[in-house]
This record gives sequence, C-alpha cells and structure tokens, in this order.
Amino acid sequence: MTEITPAIVAEHGLSPDEYARINTLLGRAPNMVELGVFSVMWSEHCSYKSTRAHLRKLPTTGPQVIQGPGENAGVIDIGDGDACIFKMESHNHPSFIEPYQGAATGVGGIMRDVFTMGARPIAMMNALRFGAPDHPKTRHLVAGVVSGIGGYGNCMGVPTVGGEVNFHPSYSGNILVNAMCVGLARTDNIFLSAAKGAGNPVVYFGSKTGRDGIHGATMASAEFDDASEEKRPTVQVGDPFAEKLLLEATLELMATDAIIAIQDMGAAGLTSSSAEMGDKGGSGIELNLDMVPQREANMTAYEMLLSESQERMLAVLKPGREAEAQAIFKKWELDFAVIGITTDTKRLVIKHKGVVAADMPITALSDEAPVYERPYTLREPASGTPAYDKARPVLASLEKILGSADMASRRWIWEQYDHSVMNDTQQAPGGDAAVVRVHGTKKALAISTDVTPRYCKADPRRGGMQAVAECWRNLTAVGATPLATTDNLNFGNPQKPDIMGEIVAAIDGIGEACRALDFPIVSGNCSLYNETNGEGIFPTPAIGGVGLLKDASKMATIAFKRDGDVVILIGETRGHLGQSIYLREIEGKEEGAAPRVELDVEKKNGDFVRRLIEQGRVDTCHDVSDGGLAVAIVEMAMPRGLGAQVGQASIADAIGFWFGEDQARYVIAVPFAQAEKIVAEARAASITVAELGKTGGDSFSIDGKDSIAIAKLRTAHEDWFPNFMKAEL
Amino acid sequence: MKAAVIVFPASNCDRDAKVALTEMTGKAPAMVWHQDSDLPDVDLVVIPGGFSYGDYLRCGAMASQSPVMRSVKAHAEKGGAVLGICNGFQVLTESHLLPGALMRNAGLKFVCKPVTLKVEETQSAFTRGYNNGQSVVFPVAHGEGNYYADDATLDRLEGEGRVVFRYAANPNGSARDIAGILSEKRNVLGMMPHPERVVDGATGGTDGRALFKSLIETLS
Repeated sequence: MTEITPAIVAEHGLSPDEYARINTLLGRAPNMVELGVFSVMWSEHCSYKSTRAHLRKLPTTGPQVIQGPGENAGVIDIGDGDACIFKMESHNHPSFIEPYQGAATGVGGIMRDVFTMGARPIAMMNALRFGAPDHPKTRHLVAGVVSGIGGYGNCMGVPTVGGEVNFHPSYSGNILVNAMCVGLARTDNIFLSAAKGAGNPVVYFGSKTGRDGIHGATMASAEFDDASEEKRPTVQVGDPFAEKLLLEATLELMATDAIIAIQDMGAAGLTSSSAEMGDKGGSGIELNLDMVPQREANMTAYEMLLSESQERMLAVLKPGREAEAQAIFKKWELDFAVIGITTDTKRLVIKHKGVVAADMPITALSDEAPVYERPYTLREPASGTPAYDKARPVLASLEKILGSADMASRRWIWEQYDHSVMNDTQQAPGGDAAVVRVHGTKKALAISTDVTPRYCKADPRRGGMQAVAECWRNLTAVGATPLATTDNLNFGNPQKPDIMGEIVAAIDGIGEACRALDFPIVSGNCSLYNETNGEGIFPTPAIGGVGLLKDASKMATIAFKRDGDVVILIGETRGHLGQSIYLREIEGKEEGAAPRVELDVEKKNGDFVRRLIEQGRVDTCHDVSDGGLAVAIVEMAMPRGLGAQVGQASIADAIGFWFGEDQARYVIAVPFAQAEKIVAEARAASITVAELGKTGGDSFSIDGKDSIAIAKLRTAHEDWFPNFMKAEL
Repeated sequence: MKAAVIVFPASNCDRDAKVALTEMTGKAPAMVWHQDSDLPDVDLVVIPGGFSYGDYLRCGAMASQSPVMRSVKAHAEKGGAVLGICNGFQVLTESHLLPGALMRNAGLKFVCKPVTLKVEETQSAFTRGYNNGQSVVFPVAHGEGNYYADDATLDRLEGEGRVVFRYAANPNGSARDIAGILSEKRNVLGMMPHPERVVDGATGGTDGRALFKSLIETLS
C-alpha cells in the first residue's frame, strides 16, 4: 500500500492541518482511497470552506421559495401547481484548459442538476468572460466555448436563450464559463437527495465509469500556472447523446413512485453523490464497486470513486422496484446496476474485490469539513470622476462604443445556439431578458444573467448590489415579476486577504439588494482560485434571475414599433461616468466610482414600469445599463431600423447625459395619445421622468442638430464579432 | 388526417411536431418508438428534427437502420406521405428515400436563425396551400444542412419540379440554395427549415401553418 507522505497530502490539495483533522476524525490514518475521497469532499469546490460562513448571510426564503440552497438546484412556486427549478454553475478551469469539452460538460452538469430534481430543462443561459480580444488565446477560447455550449445544448434539444459576454485582460489567463439551466416541474413531483431509511437499494444509471476527470474538483480549487495545460487529462469529455437518453429515462422513472432519493454525479462523481445522499438522509451507504459499470479494465477503487465521467446518476429506490427501473433504462439503452444498499451506520463503506477499500463516517466528509473564517481586508472603494473631454462629439463616440468588444452584437454567438427548439421561446437573445413560455399555458418565465465586473472591481459591495439590481431590472423591463435568483460567485484566491475582502463585500452587497428587492437566492455556486500566475480576475459575482409573466401576451420588447411614439426616460440621470463604458472606450480610463445603487428608487421605478406593461399600456421598454442612454435608445432603434429624434433633458453635460451609467433607469416608447398620462402618473408617484423625443425616420438625431443613420450604427454593432472571429478560421 | 411521429434516441423536435400536428389537426399524432417495426395506419409519417444517435457516425445514418424505417419505406412505397424535417431530412437521404446528402454547413458552424424561403413548387401535397414564388420565413437550426447532389441529380430535381423550397440567402452552402426536395413520387418531402416551429404566432410566426393545412386538405 502506498505510504502517505506530506508530499502526497499536498498533491491532494490538503493542508497539513486538514490532514491532521482527517486523522482525528477517523481515529487513524486514512488509506490512499480515503485520502482521495477527503481531498475532493473537502475541496473548495465541494465544501465551500472559504465562503460558507458568508453565504449564510444571504436571504434564501420567501413565500415563492419551495427549496432554497443545499439541494441540486433551487425551486420556486410559479402558480397553478407549476414549479421552476434553476441553478447557475461555473466550469471555468476546465474551459480554459480544453474549451469545447470544458464548456460542453458545464452545460451537461447544470442540466443534470435540474432534471435530477424532477424538472424538464426548458432554457439555458450562459455568462461568459474572455480575456483581451487581442490576446493570442482569446479567439480560440471563444470559438471552443461557444461551439461546446452549442454542441451540448443543441443536441439536448433545450433552447439556449440568452446570456452575457465580456472581454477584459483580467480574464486573459482565466476565462469564466457560467451556465444556467431553468427547468419546469410540478410542485407535487419534486425529487430530493435525502437517502432516508436503511436497507434500500442504491442504483447507478447512465454512462459507464472511466478514468476521465479524476481530481477535477481539486483542480477547480487551485490556481493556474504556466503548466496548467498539462492538466488536460483531468477535463471530462461530454456525451450529449447519453445525457439526452439519461434525461428522458430519468423523467420516465420519476413518473413512477419508485424513487426515494436521487442525485447526479457531478464533481467528485460517485464519492460526493453517495456522501451527500447519506448525509442528507441521515443514513449510511455501502457500495460494492465491483458492480459499477466500467468503461476501462482494472480500474482501482481510487479511480472509480474520483472519476468525473459524465452523464451518470445515483438513486435510492424503494426495495423491490429495481426490475421496473431496469426496464426503463434498458429501453433507453443505458447502463443500470444495483451497486449498494443504504444502512443505519451513517458510514460510507466502499467494498472492492472482496475487501473494504474505504470506511469513513459520512459526517466527517460533510458537516465536519473545515469552514474557514479567512482573514480579509476591505479596500477603500474607488471614488470620484476622472477628467474627460466635454467637447468631444457624441455621435462619433456612440458609433465607436456600439462597435466595441463589450458592446457589439453577440449574434455571432447566439446564432450557433438553437434558441427556438421546444417552440416556447417568446423572446430570443438580443432583448433585456429571455422569455420562455410555460408549455401549454399563457404564462412565461423571464430569465436574465447579469454582473458588471468593472463595477465590482472598483467597489465590490456596490458591484454586488448592482448585479442584483440590473438582473431585477432586466426581468422587469419585459414585464415580469422578479421571483428569485441563483448566484455564481467567481473570484480569485480567497487565501489573499484582499480577494477575501472582495468576496465578503460582494456577498454583502448582493444580500442587501436581494432583501430590498424581495429577490431571494435559491441556489448557487462559488468558483474561487480564478488566478493565473498570481493575477486574479475581476470579482465577478454573476446573478441569474427568474421572473414570471402571468400573461405573456403583454410582454414588452426593446424594439421601437411605431412611427411617432414618444420616447420617455424613467429614472434620474446625473451623468455618472465613473467606471463607464464611455470612459474606457473613448478616454481609455478604467477609473472612478462605480455608479450609486439606490434600491428604494430601483424598486419604485421598476414597479411603476412593470405595472404599465402588465396593464398593456407599454409594449416597448429597455433598461439603461452598459454604455448609457444613447446606446439604449439605439439598441431600440436597430431591430427594425426605426430611428429616433431626441434631446437632452437634464443638467448633466452632454457626455454625462448620453453615456452616463446611472442606475434604475428605463426607456419606454408609447403612442403620443398615452404619453401625457404616463408622465403625469410618474410625477404623481415622485418618479423622475422626461420626454426625450419621438421615434421615426431612419436615423438617430440629437437636439435637432447632429444625426447618424441607424444602418451605419447597426453595421458597426453587427460587424465587430464576425470580423474579430474571422482570424480564427 | 392521421399522423405518426417517429421517435429515435435523441430526437428532440418530436414534441414540437406533436404539438404542431395536434394544433393543426385537432388530434394528437401517434408517437412511434424507433424499435417498433409496425407503423399504425396513418396518412402522414413525420420524421422530426434532433440528433438521432447523437449524430454519431453520420447524421441520420444509424437512424436509417432502425427497425421502424422498414415500415416507413413500405409506407412511402405505397404512396403514403412522409415529411422529414432537419434531422428527419438527413434520415431520409441516408435511407435513400430522397437523393443526395447533407454535409457540414459551409461556414462550419451550427446556424440557428429565421430564414426567408421561396416556395418553388406548389404542385405537392405539402405546399398546395402556398402561392408559387411566395416568400415564407421558417427557422433553421442545424450544423449539417449543406445539401449536396451531383449535377445530373440536381438538374433532374429541378426539371421535375421537385425543389420545393429554396433559400433567399443561403445559410449553409446548399447546392443551388436548396432547402427542401420531393421524392420522385412527390409523396416524400425532406427539408432543413422547421415548419413545426412556425404554427404558433407567439413564438416566431405562422408561415408553417399552410404546409400542415395543405397536408390535411390532401390527405383527409
């Protein structure tokens, strides 16, 4: 038997203190198999040891919440016995090493999290951050990630309906690939992972177990260096065909009442799924690895337990129901095996080739996993407004911004995703939020993912608040009532006090905004150690929100629809340019304070706009965010080539007025006959409101003087991405 | 009109086809598992889109060997209508119910977007409800829709009025902008665009309704 040396402990990502703790918990030294199991179960990725103490501060409850964090995904009530199950998860490290498979298996993993709970996935979103456009790896990574997401999601027949993409040098050595899956279930048919009761069969189904992905969770909990590409063997390989069969077979099994508990095998595979099921059920689990379907010969217990082979599930069935389940998997041509039994020992016992390969108390793997109150320092937020040239012509800057890497159309990406399969997509990518109908009803779910990393870098707390507020605003802008969120917290190394400070402050801001906006967090994922050669990424806490439209026929879209509509701005424009797209793209400055987030104003303005949409009085609405007001108006003009003539309406200077990124703002366009009443209602509700001008023509003009053709702006906006990617092919 | 939808492992537009047929005919189609060698007594067989067998080997190649395809061929030989959409079109060429092959898109990328099609032929059970030369908008969603056949075959297809739909702006490199073709007996239609995704005005348009209406009028 291999002797466990300090070097082997370190290779497993465990500190000497953690190793000592394992010895204490077991009452003896672990063997290699047990060390491997502890290494993944106690990894940052599985145990949330750096963040758990802070995540507890997030609001996770509300009348709409059926299941908060702690299960495979969050569950909310959307009325009429329907439940929405959703979660967002990162696959950053594998996607950087092998972009196609890393992104593909990220999609597969998050889908399994959702259908494990009894939901049919109905929509996918993704939040992607790439390095500088001119970094030599960026094109390759964009091409690989996008085709990996499409390759998996398209085959599954689940529409990919939206997302967000940023480029910034801070991600050049560590991209972020966050995928969100939204599914539908019935509230009375939701499946949990608690393996309650002893003597019940533990069954394995799906694909066979191979040697791929061993120690993936440990890799995801370490920083990168120049040798990281050597870690390619730890990236799993996805098989969307197997997952599609697994989805259909699992839902078919769920239509019977044979399942006691079910859990997908994600990070740390067989180990974490069995430990979590035993832990939640308060039971023990005994597995016989000889029964595990294996793809390769002579696999050791260590390899089987740590394999992250994809498209596998573990379930506990009611005794005597094995044959019924087996018949379903035979029909779908998937492996099925009874590999163990639940016990009352609260121990995870692994047998292999007639000997006990591991025997550990389950609580040692879960509850007893270390939780760290890591030291942190809160740095002073960036402040002030950098100097800028106030005389610079607005329209030339506008054209440049619309054709910049962060603001250009993402059509090149989303045309590679099947966004209309399932035939319920009512708003495809390109709007404020994706809208997907609840099949067979007039209800629809609105979905958006948001975060503005440059705000988070300048002021992590405010950036966290802003991410939540913008997500809430995007859902509101289509007319949905925001219900709940999932968070995907991407940060650098938490063992650095400054990074830990970013984490603490961002979580604090997120929590405050979620409470103020009644927008609880029901699921989430942390991805830490996003660093290469000691350089951390911008703090990037992505927020994925879900809202409900009770009557989707009232939904608003961003496109101007009628000539002569009055263009109305809701919300106050102070001309905030700190950390703006304008300053970065035009003045070359990434400086200044992040915009103020006033949650009471956010709520008041949003509730007002949503009510107008629900009443059927507004069908054209867009939130104002990256790039500011001029960009928002042009984004409304471009879809149908219908222009607008607008003028400045506040005391901010022209640059601040047209490009400032003040929060809590919306642009709506309404027929002339209704405009006056809406403006009066806004004023009566003490909401800042201004008529900016009218829709019409085929150009965008300001103050009756300068004007630019919408077609010209659209060319700048649409051409950037295909031109950028041409060099890849 | 009685219809059946064939379900292969990893078909994924089977539900969409079912919903569209139910909406248009007022009754649900029979859903036929690929291992069933018997086809119910139906007027129309739909082979839906998706990634049958994961598109492994070649798109549609393995599905074409499924037990149910023997019955589909027999149905077609008797003059029964068969509609293959997207992956269904690929299955039909692999089954030799239609000539030619569907190759990787010329742009080498999956492409999903609404495309404008020209209805080139209204002398068919599938398209009699359209006007000759009419422009319609259907979505495409495929990685391998680049239709290929040798020039003699293409000339014959054109000469016999078997090119039913043509792209206004070719999204995939298809020979002669071909989006959909008929069999010699004009009872089998294969097309890459998705008519079943354009029957419901709330989700992308209604231009596909006329295709199903044409079938109902012809086959009922």
